[in-house]
Amino acid sequence: MKLKAMALAITAAAAAFASASASAQISGDVIKIGFITDISGVYSDIDGQGGAEAIKMAIADMGGAINGKKIELLVADHQNKADVAASKAREWFDQQGVDMLIGGTNSGTALASAKVASEKKKVYMQIGAGSARLTNEECSPYTVHYAYDTVALAKGTGSAVVKQGGKSWFFLTADYAFGHSLESDTANVVKASGGTVVGSVKHPLGASDFSSFLLQAQSSKAQIIGLANAGGDFINSVKAANEFGITKTAKLAGLLVFINDVHSLTLKNTEGLYLTDSWYWDANEETRAFAKRYFAVRKKMPSSLQAADYSAALQYLKVVKEIGTDDSDKVMAALRKAKFNDMYQKNGYLRADGRVMHDMYLYQVKAQSESKYPWDYYKLVQTIPAEQAWTTKAESKCAAWK
Amino acid sequence: MVIFTHLDERVFMELFGIPLQALLSQLLLGLVNGSFYAMLSLGLAVIFGLLNVINFAHGTLYMLGAFLAWMGLSYLGLNYWVMLIVAPILVGAFGIVIEKTMLRWLYKLDHLYGLLLTFGITLMIEGIFRSIYGVSGQPYSVPDLLQGATNLGFMVLPNYRAWVVVASLIVCFATWFVIEKTRLGAYLRAGTENPKLVEAFGINVPLMVTLTYGFGVALAAFAGVLAAPVIQVSPLMGSNLIITVFAVVVIGGMGSILGSIITGLVLGLIEGLTRVFYPELSATVVFIIMAIVLMVRPAGLFGKEK
Repeated sequence: MKLKAMALAITAAAAAFASASASAQISGDVIKIGFITDISGVYSDIDGQGGAEAIKMAIADMGGAINGKKIELLVADHQNKADVAASKAREWFDQQGVDMLIGGTNSGTALASAKVASEKKKVYMQIGAGSARLTNEECSPYTVHYAYDTVALAKGTGSAVVKQGGKSWFFLTADYAFGHSLESDTANVVKASGGTVVGSVKHPLGASDFSSFLLQAQSSKAQIIGLANAGGDFINSVKAANEFGITKTAKLAGLLVFINDVHSLTLKNTEGLYLTDSWYWDANEETRAFAKRYFAVRKKMPSSLQAADYSAALQYLKVVKEIGTDDSDKVMAALRKAKFNDMYQKNGYLRADGRVMHDMYLYQVKAQSESKYPWDYYKLVQTIPAEQAWTTKAESKCAAWK
Repeated sequence: MVIFTHLDERVFMELFGIPLQALLSQLLLGLVNGSFYAMLSLGLAVIFGLLNVINFAHGTLYMLGAFLAWMGLSYLGLNYWVMLIVAPILVGAFGIVIEKTMLRWLYKLDHLYGLLLTFGITLMIEGIFRSIYGVSGQPYSVPDLLQGATNLGFMVLPNYRAWVVVASLIVCFATWFVIEKTRLGAYLRAGTENPKLVEAFGINVPLMVTLTYGFGVALAAFAGVLAAPVIQVSPLMGSNLIITVFAVVVIGGMGSILGSIITGLVLGLIEGLTRVFYPELSATVVFIIMAIVLMVRPAGLFGKEK
């Protein structure tokens, strides 16, 4: 009797699976997007819950389903720990049937998740992490590096500031992998553009006080103090630079600045600061419309990362809709042929090394007198065309692009 | 410091390859940071000395002080000077509630229980603030009266930082004086040595202990308000600092009032020097000193072996 019941169950299960695979090309009958980012830590304002909200907006714009198959979103906090990110990714791919993973802030977690995705042959769209290694030494056929990287930040801010007359540089650098690579990338660009680097000082991550480092920068007599740090470290260094009157003798160049940082510091402290970013909410009608929608939910303007979260989810879903399957290899092939057009980018495309090629922008923070309404923070100094913004073929270390 | 204003830059010589001018300015900045260490470690030392509680919530209450200053200004229009008084009172009252309802049941147990309770309180308060205000931090500017900077010849010192040093030194030494040199302080110290005997003299020891805890955490809030214009008011500001402050207390000797003040200031200076000679080490130097002190004098520099 027991045996009979078991046999029946197995038959039923087999039939169910067979019918599922026969009826559709959508695995598990649902399109599952996973989103792993820093939800509670130092980088949670620039991405975090806001990023999840942006992805939900993209899902809503696709009508919540494709060909009758529901689109689902899973969100997890990696707590800025690479092992947490990797094991979550593995669990989602193996047990939850996640079809595509969107990676949030923190390069350590990004490199770890990219490895898992490539091993499981799943699409990995990376937004919040800056390490250029994702498309160089560690490039993978399944990684799509979407928003920005350290090379583009260096090329944008480094070369543009030198062109604007900032010839001599001193770096204030966060003492860990990200800070070091941002400093060396930027220093190379500064020298290549005809500038000089007169010195640098490395500060511990999360230092309590920046005034002493800034005094060292000031005594170097450099015209530009390059801040190769991020988040709270960036905020506290700018605050101290203003307090000690260092901004009177030297200009600050932020090498990784998000609009949340400027909002938190206020224009009084950031006026005149140069920065490179991939998107700004007040650029045109389309970006403003998105920002307004986002603001209604989050009560803050979206950062470039949150806009990119939206765009990445939208472009992925568009491709899935077009080819009628969420099979990773077919999706990647279609993504490589697609042109990306939405409020985040115009005529963007995916290069062989996994880099999404879109324009970057050099902004300068407005003075208080120029700012007419809330969040009116940036003026565009220069548009950096995609072909000049990113790593070139000659510089690339990605095997798949050689 | 005034004498230096008349000296020309060229007068200064070099010391170990570093211009004396740079050295002096770094020492002064070290003193500013040392003032914060001193105030925070003083509160911890008072609480540990009189209650035997390792108050892990200290950093969070410091953050709470800074946040109250910001809230007072942005919601109620109360300026810095008002909040410098109000915030410590509010946080002190909050501390009294914590002591009355939770901490007091743990005095007879091992230190670890007090540590775990206060650690839990830390996580909860920090989590609440993080979820409401995010982590980027709130802007808080220097009060008008202390805007600007003074040229000391060897460096330009913002007036606000000078005020921080003065205010914290006054508060620290007033506390030390009350506890070590007055009758009230004598009761407090006697109450912790032998509570039964002191109560027999008609002194309300539990009340004294409650007020002490309230005072200790009010000191943390005072430091928080002082810090608000200097560093970004963020839910994470307390936990960034508290580990260093614990190291300061351990070096000074758990429970030693004067020890914690002096150690706080001296470690600020040492940190300042490290920033000139080997900046990468500046976050670690306090812990290296702690390790050495623990090996040589396990009770801390000013502590007494029990």
